Amino acid sequence: MRKISWILGVLIVGLIGLSGCGRRQSQTITVVGSTALQPLVERAASNFQVKNSAVNITVQGGGSGTGLSQVQAGAVTIGNSDVYAEDQDGIKASSLIDHKVAVVGITPITNKEVTVRNLSKRQLAQIFTGKLTNWRQVGGKNQKITVINRAQGSGIRNTFEKIVLNGRQPVQAQEQDSNGTVQKIVSATPGAISYTSFSYVNDQVRAVKLDNVSPTANHVETNAWPIWSYEHMYTKGKPNAQTQAFLNYIRSKKMQKELITDLGYISIHDMQVTRNRKGQILTDEKGV
Amino acid sequence: MDEIKRQLTKASKATRQDRYGKWIAFICTFLIGLLVVSIFYLVASKGLATFFRGHISLWDFLTHQDWNPGQVSKNGVPSVGALPMIVGSFSVTVLSAILATPFAISMALFMTEIAPKRGQRFLQPVIELLVGIPSVVYGFVGLTIIVPVIRAIFGGTGFGILAGTLVLFVMVLPTITSMYVDSLRAVPRFYREAALALGATRWQSIYKVVLRASIPGLLTAIIFGMARAFGEALAVQMVIGNASLLPHNLISPASTLTSVLTTGIGNTVMGTLPNNALWSLALILLLMSLGFNLLVRLIGRQGRFTK
Repeated sequence: MRKISWILGVLIVGLIGLSGCGRRQSQTITVVGSTALQPLVERAASNFQVKNSAVNITVQGGGSGTGLSQVQAGAVTIGNSDVYAEDQDGIKASSLIDHKVAVVGITPITNKEVTVRNLSKRQLAQIFTGKLTNWRQVGGKNQKITVINRAQGSGIRNTFEKIVLNGRQPVQAQEQDSNGTVQKIVSATPGAISYTSFSYVNDQVRAVKLDNVSPTANHVETNAWPIWSYEHMYTKGKPNAQTQAFLNYIRSKKMQKELITDLGYISIHDMQVTRNRKGQILTDEKGV
Repeated sequence: MDEIKRQLTKASKATRQDRYGKWIAFICTFLIGLLVVSIFYLVASKGLATFFRGHISLWDFLTHQDWNPGQVSKNGVPSVGALPMIVGSFSVTVLSAILATPFAISMALFMTEIAPKRGQRFLQPVIELLVGIPSVVYGFVGLTIIVPVIRAIFGGTGFGILAGTLVLFVMVLPTITSMYVDSLRAVPRFYREAALALGATRWQSIYKVVLRASIPGLLTAIIFGMARAFGEALAVQMVIGNASLLPHNLISPASTLTSVLTTGIGNTVMGTLPNNALWSLALILLLMSLGFNLLVRLIGRQGRFTK
């Protein structure tokens, strides 16, 4: 009996001690949100911590919605998001500060067997709204088009539908929630079409040209390729010194050159245009 | 004299331990009870907010086919129709139970009646192993083997109810088998002895006596298996295709309550309608597992062996 109470006592004291540890470390930056942005922030965080050993950065996924709601609630330091906070239901964007750290290009991909290499934006929209259902209708062979969509509310789907569908209702189709799964399914399913970020295009799938423009980083930089989105890191109000240093580090020229290009993102410094939330393109200003 | 009296009337060490033990047990039970009640409260309050604060009618929620809680549809309210998910969940659950039951019965009979020793030695560890495999592994196997095979045989994408059923079949089989083994063992020995005394063969005594005596146990086992299938999220989500469409055949992509929950929860914000709609799905899941439990109770009460 006494032994048990001893063990219990030690456990409780230990737990209190452990939770105290977490609280005492003031230089902790917690980053939560978008899984698309996660690899970049993770790499940046580990590099940053090598130079600044006093700062402890924790990076987690969870999705854009989670990131935004957690940063709004003050539960985390930075919320990663693929969408503008203004576009997310239930988020008061006025309390958040937007830090755009990278650009992601999005391209339609098809199964390798599909012979169609080029689609007009109108055709692409018609495929994803279910008006066109056979590859023959866009100059391919007689084969059913299998649409594979992304999860509702995900950043990449929001961007794609905003730019390509212009608010029309998408066809109900199967949904997958990660770039990797989409790529595998498209490569294995005859007649499949979906969309993914540039870094997930490999030789198992074929990226489709849009109005004869190929999906490359150079074309995104001039907005010749229109389907791209900013990656946002939101803070609640003005970030503190360490957080600001970390954000500056991610946005620094060196870091953007090394990591961002490596990981398949497009550097914000290379962008020759900017785009506001409503989708208007501004060319007069370089960078963000 | 007083000394002895005091010693005799004072609570002994054993009494105090007894009291402590009672208190510890009571506190633990109370905490768990509180936990269950608060989970119910949380899920119910969030799930019902869809109807009270979001002004979605319950009937529309249960019977409409369009699931798009993030956007306002033509008639001015977001479309929150959970019928495809409900149908999807029930079809994979029922189909996998139907598929698994014959196998489970045969395995359980083999282990208890036909070859108790060998069955015990080989099948028991196999079943325990199957229970122990994490569901993501089943899902991964389904994604890399079952889905391509279905695609090769039937065409289409390969994702759908059939793939979900096959994955769940392997997952509920050990549950049903091990529970049915227990209830076969609970069939009183004199049932079998009486059958043998009447000159029945082994098969006759199994078929005419043991199987029939254990039907309540079998039903309980099947319901437990179905409860597991109904609540399974990850493995099903990986192979079912996640299309909120009413499945029109077994190989068209479909979705289940759990698969929509797992894909959607990271993309919504607490307190908004899309998030509450997901909680409503969770509420259905909770009520269903409650239903499964009540059913088990009911069967258990009726089917007890009486001497």
